[in-house]
Amino acid sequence: MADLNVNILGHDFKNPVIMSSGVFGYGREYEEFFPLEALGGMATKGTTLHKRNGSEGKRITETPSGLLFSVGLQNPGIDYYIENELPNLLTKNTNILTNVAASDKEEYLQIIDKLEQTDAPIIELNISCPNLSGEPYGVSCSSTEMITRAVRERTKKPLTVKLSPNVGNIGEIAKAAEAGGADAVSLINAISGMKIDINTRRPFLRNNHGGFSGAAIFPIALRMVWEAANAVDIPVLGIGGISSSEDALQMIMAGASCVEVGCAIFKDPYAPIKIINEIDQWCDDHGVKDINELIGAVEPW
Amino acid sequence: MKERIEMKYTQGFYPIIGKENLSRDIFSLTICCHEISSLAVPGQFVHIALPGHSLRRPISISSIDREAHTIRIIFAVKGTGTKDLSCLNVGNTIDIVGPLGNGFTLLGKDKKVILIGGGIGTPPMAAMASYYGENAHVISGFRDKTMVILQDEFKRYTPNTYVCTEDGSEGIKGFVTMPLEELLKKEHFDMVYACGPIPMLKAVAQVTERYDTPCEVSMEQHMGCGIGACLVCTCKIKTEHGIDFRHVCKNGPVFDAREVEWNG
Ligand SMILES: Cc1cc2nc3c(=O)[nH]c(=O)nc-3n(C[C@H](O)[C@H](O)[C@H](O)COP(=O)(O)OP(=O)(O)OC[C@H]3O[C@@H](n4cnc5c(N)ncnc54)[C@H](O)[C@@H]3O)c2cc1C
Ligand SMILES: Cc1cc2nc3c(=O)[nH]c(=O)nc-3n(C[C@H](O)[C@H](O)[C@H](O)COP(=O)(O)O)c2cc1C
Ligand code: FES
Repeated sequence: MADLNVNILGHDFKNPVIMSSGVFGYGREYEEFFPLEALGGMATKGTTLHKRNGSEGKRITETPSGLLFSVGLQNPGIDYYIENELPNLLTKNTNILTNVAASDKEEYLQIIDKLEQTDAPIIELNISCPNLSGEPYGVSCSSTEMITRAVRERTKKPLTVKLSPNVGNIGEIAKAAEAGGADAVSLINAISGMKIDINTRRPFLRNNHGGFSGAAIFPIALRMVWEAANAVDIPVLGIGGISSSEDALQMIMAGASCVEVGCAIFKDPYAPIKIINEIDQWCDDHGVKDINELIGAVEPW
Repeated sequence: MKERIEMKYTQGFYPIIGKENLSRDIFSLTICCHEISSLAVPGQFVHIALPGHSLRRPISISSIDREAHTIRIIFAVKGTGTKDLSCLNVGNTIDIVGPLGNGFTLLGKDKKVILIGGGIGTPPMAAMASYYGENAHVISGFRDKTMVILQDEFKRYTPNTYVCTEDGSEGIKGFVTMPLEELLKKEHFDMVYACGPIPMLKAVAQVTERYDTPCEVSMEQHMGCGIGACLVCTCKIKTEHGIDFRHVCKNGPVFDAREVEWNG
């Protein structure tokens, strides 16, 4: 039994595996497979100020080693979350990252003000949603820093900012979040992607494009996590295409303090549990006593 | 650990103990899985993982044998996933999560019902016919006679079976709504159940509404998690507050036909 505890965002994570936003709802469904307390943490569905019905039409399709989705942020709104979901999550003995999404600064701040009145322990600020109209804040350094600072000024809660991969300078973007006062950065969100049905000549998703996730994006995510981890002094939460303990360990060696597991759970509902157990086993087999030894342990050429 | 409450879903690898080729591209697999057969009700589905695919495939449970601890699924080869599924054989194991979703509402076995299956929507009606026996009238619709499946099985349960084909190559030429309307005109039925393509379900919903007969439909949508967590499998449902986007995997796949928003 290696020590898998990681302390980031002012909290102890009993292991470095967190469920990523959007694939896990508010935890109620997968709890029918395993107790949430087995996880290091979980990020909630991206929650907005008001209830949203989300996108029309088909919302998901398979691609080679991955998938393409467009949910359009369907969620019941922050008031419903605070009243009906958060109290339940707070009993689960795991770290809850409340993932927050909005289309403009005012909306972000209104959500943050509401959360500030609650016991929600950690905020994950999603500035990268690929499915909202208009440009996400996460695509430029100045808007990343601006929105991070605006939120920082309104909350004392630990804040991680979830970055978009749809940029050419992820290190600079991560630095901008750090400069704005983020306590950590989470990356990557889904990559912008597309699929066309050649028989109907229509894009498969009603939104034309959507978020591309899954094993196929892992090497891109790993490179971005590595660049971001090298650019900032705050912890990095590594996300994107993780489906095995080997992927998770690569992310950690690249510099991630924790990893978030996303759509791999669709294929294997026990994926996060297996990853936790296998990390533990690997550490034992390789004489690693403390997972923290591995964070950023890659030896680049 | 012992006192932990029973988990509602199971995922496991189960042995395939029977395989049949029912028509050109339609296969049936009988799977031995006590955990699923002991819980499943008609109208529920299983979610099947296949090597090399990142998403599971939802397939309805076609029949349930609690004594033999088996379920049967029947599927058509459509794309690469169902193609790979059709390559599995007796002796292989299959990776399944289930039983998922809400099944059809079962009334007393003495109630008179109509079961409607369109194409590859026919299989779940086998479990329903086995339940209602001769009180069931089973209407099946297919494109042509090469696609017709399950009629011998339905006839074992009930004398009241009707086949429609679009080209008239077997049974009645036309759509399932023709015999449906005849039946509803003649006598009272307590419920109509339907599974098949959306245009068929919509037409069935219109007819049953006209005859003021309760109707349940099984809807399809592309899925991710299969359990209600990822919110991708939407179905528009009419509520007192307007249209709400519900989810086929958790709130369905069976819905009250009057609640479904058919336009869009
Ligand atoms: C609740 C439910 C029950 C079903 N029961 C049956 C059944 O008993 N027998 C049967 O033959 N088929 C059934 N289907 C349809 C079956 O799921 C699809 O035919 C199958 O997923 C196609 O996969 P593919 O890889 O062959 O096709 P592809 O087109 O290559 O699949 C690509 C992706 O789209 C999804 N997809 C494609 N068509 C459908 C569809 N009609 N519904 C949902 N997802 C789809 C696939 O799951 C996959 O993720 C059911 C669907 C649902 C939602
Ligand atoms: C169906 C679906 C819904 C998602 N919804 C959200 C969301 O609401 N907020 C968010 O920050 N990320 C969302 N994501 C992105 C994931 O959290 C994750 O960043 C991305 O999928 C990459 O990781 P993966 O390849 O492990 O899935 C969603 C992903 C999927 C597949
Ligand atoms: S498939 Fe995830 S909510 Fe239905």
